[in-house]
Amino acid sequence: MLTKRIIPCLDVDNGRVVKGKKFHNIQDVSDPVQLAKMYSEAGADELVFYDITASNEERDIFINIVEKTAYEVYIPFTVGGGIRSVDDFNKVLRAGADKVSVNSAAVKNPHIITEAALKFGNQCVVLSIDAKKVGINWHVFINGGRVDTGLDAIEWAIRGEQLGAGELVLNSIDADGVKEGYDIELNRMIAEKVNIPIIASGGAGKKEDFLDVFKNGKVDAALAASVFHFGEIDILELKKYLKDHDIPMRV
Amino acid sequence: MLKFMISIIDYGAGNLKSVSKALEKLGMNAVITSSFKEINKSKAMILPGVGSFGDCMNSLKSKDLDQCIIENVQNGKYLLGICLGLQLLYEKSYEEGVWAGLGLLKGEVLKFDPSNKIPHMGWNNLTKGKEDILSHNIEDGEYVYFVHSYYAKPENIEDVVFWTEYGVKVPAVVREKNIIGMQFHPEKSGPTGFKLLKNFGELIK
Repeated sequence: MLTKRIIPCLDVDNGRVVKGKKFHNIQDVSDPVQLAKMYSEAGADELVFYDITASNEERDIFINIVEKTAYEVYIPFTVGGGIRSVDDFNKVLRAGADKVSVNSAAVKNPHIITEAALKFGNQCVVLSIDAKKVGINWHVFINGGRVDTGLDAIEWAIRGEQLGAGELVLNSIDADGVKEGYDIELNRMIAEKVNIPIIASGGAGKKEDFLDVFKNGKVDAALAASVFHFGEIDILELKKYLKDHDIPMRV
Repeated sequence: MLKFMISIIDYGAGNLKSVSKALEKLGMNAVITSSFKEINKSKAMILPGVGSFGDCMNSLKSKDLDQCIIENVQNGKYLLGICLGLQLLYEKSYEEGVWAGLGLLKGEVLKFDPSNKIPHMGWNNLTKGKEDILSHNIEDGEYVYFVHSYYAKPENIEDVVFWTEYGVKVPAVVREKNIIGMQFHPEKSGPTGFKLLKNFGELIK
């Protein structure tokens, strides 16, 4: 039986892992390659690396980290952040990434999803959506959660699948860093409308939050950062807990 | 380091480094190549695959690598197809049209029924089929990492070493003499993936 996935996320800035709170107050955590290796040995099902650097110089450091990770870690990993062209896809895939996630660039130029899917296969194109509730709907935000595009998040998710995305990451800006649980409603509404895997992101604070998003959010995977980085939740213990509560897990 | 060399066939598809690094970690000597000379002198071949069936077949054909692979297999050389590489071993695929494959194994490649999420992505467990050196040290129920939207329907189901289940029974590992396929990514499947690659190393020794 296909299992649900637990995915630690590593935000990388200038060669180090950081974790912000609501996209602010950035704190240093650890060496990305060591942390990735540790998570993989602890039972993580996949990893995500987000490049949050700005300069080209730092971009090279990031690519170097991807290469080193590919040599040390033998589970799949996704790379995102700063992906603007099909050429960017190519660079990180060649560095050893298995999947590439695209966010703002896809909103500005949706065709990038189709182009990348045709060239590398749907399975390596991950559409990452930053969503925030505005009134009764969720809007798609870009540029690190700063700009409201006015796009409806559910419609954008459906369109993303049609354009060729093989997987969706749903980041709830409201829930991110607050540790009060995932946005169940957002995840469930999109999960019911698309036929590709969904990764819930933002809001994990305790084991019960993961159980809730798998059971009621109907997602395929749950992503989290600080609860793992700061050792608040042990991955293996979490997976055992979920398995005991009838969530299919690789333990 | 084992003395013999494995050629990982490079026809412009995706991430070949992960496979070669995994083999390297296991003490096997691999080279990423599209040279007939290197492939001919290697002890075994690995056929990776990323992208679509038609694109892969076209790329192989444009470099005459399809003939090179077939001739080497006919001469008894081991061939391991990984992911789409497994699918390419069969006669025919229905991915975005109808495509002829390498035809080394009898059977065809079909799309998953959309009642399941497509792609079949993530960790799924193995169920034993026939006994084989490839399944040495691997228990029923161990997990490996799959990413695919199409699956092989072999004519000879007795060639299946491991199955998995995703709405239908999916061959995960197949072997007919010197022709081997793995539908998942052994190089991305943690310790179980390494055991399978190690068994492949033992087989071709």
